[in-house]
This record gives sequence, structure tokens and C-alpha cells, in this order.
Amino acid sequence: MSATANNPSNTTEQLSGARLLELYQTMVLSRYLDERVWLLNRQGKAAIAASAQGHEATQVACVEATDPSKDHYLIYYRQFAAMMALGTTPEEMLRGFLAKEDDPMSAARQFPLHGAHPRVDLFNFSNVIATQLPQAAGVALADKLKGSDAVTVVFFGDGASSQGDTHEAMNFAGVHKLPLIFFCENNRYAISVPIEKQMRVESVASRAVGYGFPGVLVDGTDVVAVHEVTKAAVDRARAGEGPTLIEASVERLLPHTTDDDHTRYRSAEDIAHMAERDPVKILSALLKRRDLLNDDSDAEIHAASKKRVNVATDTVDAEPYPSVDTMFDHVVDSVGGNF
Amino acid sequence: MSEQTVIEAVRATLQSEMRRDGSVIVLGEDVGSRGGVFLATDGLIDEFGENRVIDTPLAESSICGVALGAAVNGFRPIAEIQFADFVWPAINQLVGEASKVRYGTNGVKAAPMTVRIPYGGGVRGGLYHSQSIEVLFSHTPGLFVVAPATPYDAKGLLATAIRTDDPVIVLEHKRTYRLVKGDVPDEDYTIPIGKAEIKRPGTDMTIVTYGLMLHYSLQAAEMAAVNGIDVEVIDLRTLRPLDEDAIAESASRTGKALIVQEDTPAVSISSEVAAIIGERCFFDLDGPITRLGPPELPPMPFSPIQEAAFMPSPEKILAAITKLSEI
Repeated sequence: MSATANNPSNTTEQLSGARLLELYQTMVLSRYLDERVWLLNRQGKAAIAASAQGHEATQVACVEATDPSKDHYLIYYRQFAAMMALGTTPEEMLRGFLAKEDDPMSAARQFPLHGAHPRVDLFNFSNVIATQLPQAAGVALADKLKGSDAVTVVFFGDGASSQGDTHEAMNFAGVHKLPLIFFCENNRYAISVPIEKQMRVESVASRAVGYGFPGVLVDGTDVVAVHEVTKAAVDRARAGEGPTLIEASVERLLPHTTDDDHTRYRSAEDIAHMAERDPVKILSALLKRRDLLNDDSDAEIHAASKKRVNVATDTVDAEPYPSVDTMFDHVVDSVGGNF
Repeated sequence: MSEQTVIEAVRATLQSEMRRDGSVIVLGEDVGSRGGVFLATDGLIDEFGENRVIDTPLAESSICGVALGAAVNGFRPIAEIQFADFVWPAINQLVGEASKVRYGTNGVKAAPMTVRIPYGGGVRGGLYHSQSIEVLFSHTPGLFVVAPATPYDAKGLLATAIRTDDPVIVLEHKRTYRLVKGDVPDEDYTIPIGKAEIKRPGTDMTIVTYGLMLHYSLQAAEMAAVNGIDVEVIDLRTLRPLDEDAIAESASRTGKALIVQEDTPAVSISSEVAAIIGERCFFDLDGPITRLGPPELPPMPFSPIQEAAFMPSPEKILAAITKLSEI
């Protein structure tokens, strides 16, 4: 990939067949782990989970177009596959869901996928929808003031697009031409509220014109397409040309969280239709058409993923919860005050 | 050493801190060429340029959210909220977000940001340019809240706030900006967060107060002295964390405590101070813990007569002193 990274005019060719296969493996592993977390919830071990099933292609492809050694990622709670693509191990993911002592994101103070990543600059401070967007504008502003060519990617869902913070952040980013990518994963539901009750316009991306930067709508089940548009946005941001709003159309294959039941508000036809847009199946078919995968090698990938998830589950299930005394740590800098 | 007003001390401190540390930036509404509506940032854009003195769109949530983002990426932003009454759209980014950055990331991230907020009444500000908004911030673990009332304290506490590696809310009482003058050393100094100060020593009674009410309390104490009542006045200076030791030491020593504040009393700073005194000084008290504040109304009427009736005053404080002294 690095061999072609400096050739943005030929972006569709940047993902080699071998790299596509690796991304597929990440997606399959994410899917198995995601399914396992759901089972652990039903066993009473994971208190809450929000699934990324249906969002995997868009998350993996977006991350692929960035540089984890210097870029910033402000995620929201459904970024399971993005975290996997950024090198988070299955054990690390499970420690968050099972609230274990060594949870690298927040030491189990917060919900899964909240806190800050130990190795890449990925963070998610809160559960409050869209608060990360103005924060991302601040992160990008800091890079601009420093003269850094780092790019900030802020992820959010269609629900977040209704928040005032989203407007404020996009307006600020437009004014200051910030190196920022607003990445909306539109699965058409804000928990139960369908997209037609969220907006009158046809797309979130169409709103970018109001902020003076491009808005791009892309099929979020298409790894190659998402990578291409994200790469173009990254190149644009690194060149100092300002933000881009990307809207990836995806399916939320499971209910909002483990506490939700989407049959209360989605029709049987809608649920059946979205299953046809499963990005894991779509990429599997593409790889097979290109002779990069066959039924046997696909089965091997699935078997290896399941085995990997089993190992991680056994390991983390046996680990301790944090002790009570650690809950007093890191409220404020001990030098600063005496709370 | 020179005599300065509070607003002059604030401006000089912003300037010296920006000279001292290139990571300090200022952002807010009208902070650039206008120099801020109170002129706290007057001239800063000329010296430091628009990369470090940033005129923002009129949107308080993003002012604080952007400051938070810059703070976790290497800067020490100072966000200015034009009037305290306008801070509510930003409460989510401050109380909801900034306060929990360090805790919620188990210490991986921190938010070294300062938010300057002009607050308080007695300026014919009506309901939306007079509010005291300190309680919500002071209730929040993970935030520091300071409320300097003199030019000296304004400089020392603002410098401390800017250098602190956690979010600090700096409450500046609008009425003190040009009303209150005092000597300010030219040299660099800081005042620790969490330290109250005895602004007037006394033996008969302790007044615990902050902000504009410090000055009214000092006036009332001088009037009481004429009547032979020797009042000690403690300036809290920091509202989170409160200086519990200073409060308890003084109340135990004088045996009487009067808490004076401009904010409405219910569930307020005076509630907390009263609780501290009750818990720590019970056997040393020879009078009821007494609170003086405005009536429980939305602060505060625009009409001059009603505004004056709402605000605590030196005369009202003197009456409370006299009543408590007679018990």
C-alpha cells in the first residue's frame, strides 16, 4: 500500500489484493468478537454492548486510508471494527466489555470503547452524542497551529447529525479550514427513530455545502469505495485544503444495543433487506470473484477467528475486576488540587 | 508594584502568560480586534496574532469543545465566555466532558484549559447579564473553580489556572472589574488553588464570602467596628475545592459564622460552607450558622429599585452582623 500512497490520482488501485484480504480478515475477526460480546451479555457477563455488525467495511476502510502513527481518531460507541483495524487486540476489546482491571481504555471506569487508547491517538470521552465533534475541531485546530500535517477523523452516526454540536463543529472547521474529516456512519436509525424523522434533506453529506467544504456520499459496505473517498479527504486535509464530510451508508444488522429490540420498530421486510447488505458477505464475494479467496480459505479464516476469540474469552474471563481503591485515582492532577 | 483594576490585572496576566508559554491561546467571541466586551483581551491580537487570539463564531458549546480538543493536543487554551448567563450551551462540554477527561481515560489524557467567565450582578444586567453560575461547576468533581475578588488575587489565580493541568473555571465578577483597585506586583507569582485568605482579621464573628460580596462585607465590617463588633472576613477565593481548614479554624475561633453570597442561597456555596462549619465546629459555636443572600428569585430584576432590593448590600450585611452579635 505504501508504494502507491503518494499517487492519489490512482486511489482505487491503492488497495492491493493481498491487503484487501487482510482487511477481510480483520472484518471477520471483528464480527466473531462482536458476536461473542453479544453472547457474553446474554450470559450476564457483559453489561452492555453496541454492535458494529454491518459497519465493519466502512470502519476498516476508513482507518486504512489514515496514518495511525500521527493521525487522531475521535470515535463513538459503535467503532468496534475501527478499533480492531487500529490494532486493538481481542483481549483488549474484551477487557472493556467485561470491565476488567486491565481495560486499556479507561480501566473499566467507562462503558466499552470509551476512554483513550494506549497506543494510537484514539479517544472517546463520553456517551453524550456529538460532543466529540467540537472536540475534534479543537484537536485539528491544534495541529494546524503547530504546522503538523496530521489529520483528525471524527466518527458519528446519523443520530448525531441532529445535534447542535455537529453544526457548531462543522461551521468552526469550515471557517478555519481545518484538517478534519467528519465521518458519518448512517445506518438510518437513531435507536428507533428512522431517518425520515431525523432530516428533511436526502443526505447528511448534502449539508456540507452549508459549511463551505465537500460532502461525499459513499456505499459503506464497499471497502474499496470507502477507502477511495477517505483517502481523497485525507490528502485534501494534509494539503491544507480543509475538511470533508463523508457519509457512509451502512446497515445496523443488530438492534441499537443489547438492551434494544429492533423488531419493535423495524419491519420484517426492512430487516430481511438489510441482511443482503452484510459487508462481510459482500467483501467475501468480491474476493472470490477476484480469486483472492475460495470456500476453503474462507472457512479457514472463519475457523481461525473463532479460535482466536475463544482464546481471548477464556483469558479475559479469568481476569480480575479493578480493586475498589483504584477508583480514587486520576480525578485531577495531584499537584493541582486536593479533591 | 502598581495600582490596577481587576480588569487591568486580568489583561496583564493574559499577556504575560502568553509571552511566557507559546502554547497558551485565547479564544472566544469578540476577543480579537474588539479586545473582548470588557477589554480583557485588548491589544492581545496585535502582539500575538490571530492564530493565538481567535475570534470564534457565536457558539458557546464549540468555544469550550474546541478549547477542550486543543487542550488534549498540546495547547493551553483560555476560553472566554462573554457573560456567565451565556455559558449554559457549553455546560455539556465543561461539566459533562472536560471534568471527566482525566478520570474517564484513567489518566491517559488531561485537559489543561481555562475558562474565564464574567459573572454577577449589580450592573443593571437584568435576568441575562447578572447571573451567578458557580454552583453547577463547584458541584463537579474534576473541575477547579476560582473566584478572585481583588486585582492581586485575579493575577495570581489566573496565572495558576493557566498553568494547571486540569480544567479551571475562573469566575470574574463584572462589578469588580473597574470598581476594585489594588496594588499588583510587577513580578510573576501564583496563588494556590484551594486556599482562602483572611482579608480582615477579627475576633467576634467570621464572615465567609467571595466575589463582590467580599468588598461589601469588608465595608460592613468597618461599620460594625464603630459599634464595637470585631468581624473577621474570609475570602474563599477558590470555590472548588473549598478551603475547609481555613473556614473551620476561623469559625471555631470566633464562635459565630455569617456566610454572605450574591447567589441565591438554596443548594449553594453557602449551603456547603454551613455544612462544613456544622460538621467541624459544632461545639465551638455560640450562635446559629447564619446565611445572607438574595431572595429566591430568578436573578435579578432589571428595574433599578428592584435590583437594589434583590442584591445584598453593606447595610444588609451590617444588619445581619448586628443580629447575630446579639445572640
